Order: sequence, then structure tokens, then C-alpha cells
Amino acid sequence: MSWFNRVRNSLPFVAKRSTDETLWIKCKGCGEMIFASDYADNLYVCPRCEHHGRIGADTRIAMLMDEGFTLLPQPEVKEDPLKFRDSKRYTDRLRAARASNPHRDAFTVASGAIDGQPAVVGVQDFHFMGGSMGMAVGQAFCDGAAEALRRKCGYVVVTAAGGARMQEGILSLMQMPKATVMVRKLRAAGLPYIVLLTDPTTGGVTASYAMLGDVQIAEPGALIGFAGQRVIQETIREQLPEGFQRAEYLHEHGMVDRVVHRHDLKGELATMLRYMRGSKAA
Amino acid sequence: MLTFLDFEKPVAQLQAQIAELRAANLGADGGDQIDMGDELAKLEAKSADMLKGLYASLSPWQKTQVARHPQRPHFRDYVEHAFTDFMPLGGDRYFGEDHAIIGGFATLRGRQVMLIGHEKGHDTQSRIKHNFGMGKPEGYRKAIRLMDLAGRFGLPVVTLVDTSGAFPGIEAEERGQAEAIARSTEACLALPVPMVATIVGEGGSGGAVALASAERVLMFEHAIYSVISPEGCASILWRTAEKAADAAEAMKVTAQDLKELGVIDRIVPEPVGGAHRDPKAAIRNLADTIDDELTTLARQDVTYLQERRADRFLAIGT
Ligand SMILES: [Zn+2]
Repeated sequence: MSWFNRVRNSLPFVAKRSTDETLWIKCKGCGEMIFASDYADNLYVCPRCEHHGRIGADTRIAMLMDEGFTLLPQPEVKEDPLKFRDSKRYTDRLRAARASNPHRDAFTVASGAIDGQPAVVGVQDFHFMGGSMGMAVGQAFCDGAAEALRRKCGYVVVTAAGGARMQEGILSLMQMPKATVMVRKLRAAGLPYIVLLTDPTTGGVTASYAMLGDVQIAEPGALIGFAGQRVIQETIREQLPEGFQRAEYLHEHGMVDRVVHRHDLKGELATMLRYMRGSKAA
Repeated sequence: MLTFLDFEKPVAQLQAQIAELRAANLGADGGDQIDMGDELAKLEAKSADMLKGLYASLSPWQKTQVARHPQRPHFRDYVEHAFTDFMPLGGDRYFGEDHAIIGGFATLRGRQVMLIGHEKGHDTQSRIKHNFGMGKPEGYRKAIRLMDLAGRFGLPVVTLVDTSGAFPGIEAEERGQAEAIARSTEACLALPVPMVATIVGEGGSGGAVALASAERVLMFEHAIYSVISPEGCASILWRTAEKAADAAEAMKVTAQDLKELGVIDRIVPEPVGGAHRDPKAAIRNLADTIDDELTTLARQDVTYLQERRADRFLAIGT
């Protein structure tokens, strides 16, 4: 008998609602059905296979920060400056993304503390147009850095993105140097900048602020890379190695400091911040 | 032999007709059988007009093809015709030497600079050697090293950007392609000396930005600069690479569009029919423009340059 059936049979009161998606979730790692509230209690990590599920900005912020944080306002940026249209209008894609997300774009910033350590936390949400980096994301990243500079505290950024937002063309590409300018300001001010890479982080995001942390950590199994796997395969026409571009692979190749289980993130981040208080941070 | 692009077909046909007439009129003694000077001159003028007309209103997709033209001047041509005393400096000191990104000491109109750029190669053998201008981490790390060197010895940095993008491969990922690009961008922003970047052909994505985060960004008249190749964008958003022309149009990849968007500062004119029709003239235009930019920048102090570089990027989107 599968785990799912065993659990279902032991819980007669939910048996007939077992198809209800709000109660049961299929793990993307092992394919097993997980009881939704168990999954949430376990911080969206599969209790069977430890697969770390993708989570939104609010969940992430609540998970990492102490109560009493404040959300920074979403920045005002030019909307659809290229009047971009593929099979759909960019403005329609934006509207649809906003209808199914509590935020106006893919990067949300909270100011508060992590286990008592003052910190600003910026979170990229893959659910919002693949977390893609456009002007709103770039500006929100910069606003978060500015808030850390103002408060003289550390900046923790949680990345998740397929890359740059193509619908903003070159203006999305320009977010790479733009965000890098702010990383340099944090560095000049002697403030810690910590990057937490989550599944997936690829493209122009990886090739800018996601790889410039003083300390780089990643969630287990997260896909992290510059080029997409399909593009690589089409270019070299070779089989990709086992575990290629996963967090553990990057750790093995010296590109991240630590691979950290979601349960331990808050504690580890706080410890890092405590070590990196230096002389300039508050 | 000049390679004609698809959209240049009418010009190619006319040129073939002219060549045929010339050949048919060639006597056994090597002289003309009859005087066709007038006729030929008329056809030549018609062909030149046609070319001028075509190039005055190139579509973004046509410009993409011009930017990628195999006979367009490449790094080695600039080195040969615009700079003197180029002394290449090799290696990233960690892993190896990347031939897709070349750099070293060079002199432009008597001014000592650090010259860095992509080299695509001009025939099969050299294209393979230079990996088609697609840099690997060691290439970007070499660029970082050379920028650092330039900064310490007061040499302005001149970059020539011409890449379809950084190399997407297993070893590149293993050695931290993303990190190398991010640090190279950062190295540009940190320079305590003037920096002038020019998109001379293709400015492809992060692999271009890593050498183009300058206070002055120039672009050749028919060069393109984009977040992803038109084919790549089309295959993701239109689900077929065949819509590349639409993607090029939608993404705004031309020098003229980017000037309007405030992403580049100055457009360098190309000879009629593109840089590949008269490479020396194109190279001369670029050398004049870079020289002019460096003369202006030489008068600015370091802090001002760094702030100006930072501010131009911070302003994008606001
Ligand atoms: Zn599982």
C-alpha cells in the first residue's frame, strides 16, 4: 500500500475529499501525495524526500523574519515602455500575473530583523512571471539596498528567476549593472550582503546580483546556472552530467559557500549576520 | 568576394548584371570591344542608389543580419587599422587563456589605453579558435584582471563588444560563468579611469554587459544590442525561432531605438551598405569617435566618472 493510501485510510474523515487540491499536494520531487497542512508545517519541504518546494514572497518573509517587519512599497516604474506584444500583450500578462499574486511584481522587500539581527530581506517570487527581472524587480532590489544603507544593516536577497524579462528588452538587461551599483554601495558602507539562491535562479539574475554576495548560500536541489539546460544541450549536443547546475553541484565546484536546509535558514542567516556586524553596521 | 544578404538581392542581381556586361564586352586583347562607359555608369549609379535606399530603412531583423555579417570588421581589424602597438596580454591566472575575449596595451592616436574586446574570427579555423566570440569564465576573468591593471596605471579602458552571448557549456557553468560575468560588470563600474564601450556588431545579453558597463556607450549604426537573441526570444515567447524578425522588432534592438531609450550615448555612422562594404572607413569613424570621447573624459575627475557611470544605470526605469 502506498504511503498516500495508508495515510488516507487512517484518516477516514478526509478520505472522500482526497481529490481536493487544497488538502493534498503532489510532491514535485517524489510524486507522493502529501497532506497540505503537513507540507505547510514543514515549510513546504516534502517530509518524504526533502524536496524544497517553490514559495511566494510573503511565505518566505514570514519564514525568515521576526514578527513586526514592514513591507517596503512597490516601486513606481515605467510600465511597458516598449509596448511589447508577442502572442499576448505584455500589459495583459502583467495584469494576469497581478491577479494571481498579492504583489505588483516579482520582487518584494521587507525591513525588520532575522532572529534579532536587524536586516532587510528582498525576495524574488518565481510565481510572478517566472520571477523575471525587469525594471520593477531591479528598482525593488535597489530600494532594498538603499533601506539597508539607511538602517546600516545587512541585506539578504532570496533569488528565484528564469532570467531577464524579455518584454522589457534592453531595459531588463540594464538591471544587471544597475543592481551591481547598489551591491558596490553596500560593500563600500561595510554592510553584509548575503544571497540565498533558490529554485530556479538562472540567466541575467545569476550573472549579476545573485552571484555577488559576501556569502552565497543555496537551498538543497535548487537549479542555479547561467545558461538554460536546453540551450546548453543544443549547443554542445552532449548529455548533461548528473545533478548538473543543482545547488550541491555548485557547492562542489566552489560557487556557493553552503547548501542549507530550509529548516536551518533563519538560524544560519542570523549567525552570519552576527559574524558580519563589523564596525560599520548597526 | 562580398557576401550578399537576403534582403540585398536586388542589388546583388544588378551587380551580377554589371559584371556580366563587363565580361561580355571584354575583347581578346583585354580592352573593351565597344564603349559602354555610360551604360555601366548608369547601372552602377542605380545599384548605389538602391543600396543607399535599403540601408536607410533597415528593419531590426535586417540590421541583425548586417551586425552578424561574416565580413564585418572584427577585433583584429580594429587592432590593425585603428590602434598601433597592440600588445595582447593573456590569461586569467586561474584556469587558462580564452581566445574569445582579447585584451592588452594599445595606442589610439597617440593615447595609451587598455583595449579589450570579443573576437569572433573570420574563417572556419579562426572561428573555432575564438569560439565564435562566445567568452568563457576565464575570458571574463582576464578582462577583470586587465581592467584592474588599467585602473592602477591610469590607462583609459576601451572595449569593443561583439558577441552573440557568453558561451553556454558545461565547463563554463562549472567554472562559474555567471559569477565571472557579474564580477566583470562590477569591475567596469569600479574603474578609476575613463571607460568607453562600443557595441561594434552584436551586443548579446550578459556576455556583452560584462564589457559594456561604461560611462559612455557607443554603438555602430547597424549594430544590435539585446537581452536575448531575436531567435531565442522568439522561441520562448512565440514558441518558434522563425518569428525572430518579430522578436527583433518588439525588443527594440537597434542603435536608433537604444539611443531613444537612453541606453546608449552615441551612434557611430557606417559607410553606405554597412561596415563590411568599407571596413577601413567604418574603423576610421569609430577611431575618431572614441578619440573624441576620451579627450572629453580625460578632463573629468575619477569620482565624477564613477558617479556618472553609476547614475546612468540607476536612472534606468525611473
Ligand atoms: Zn517528495
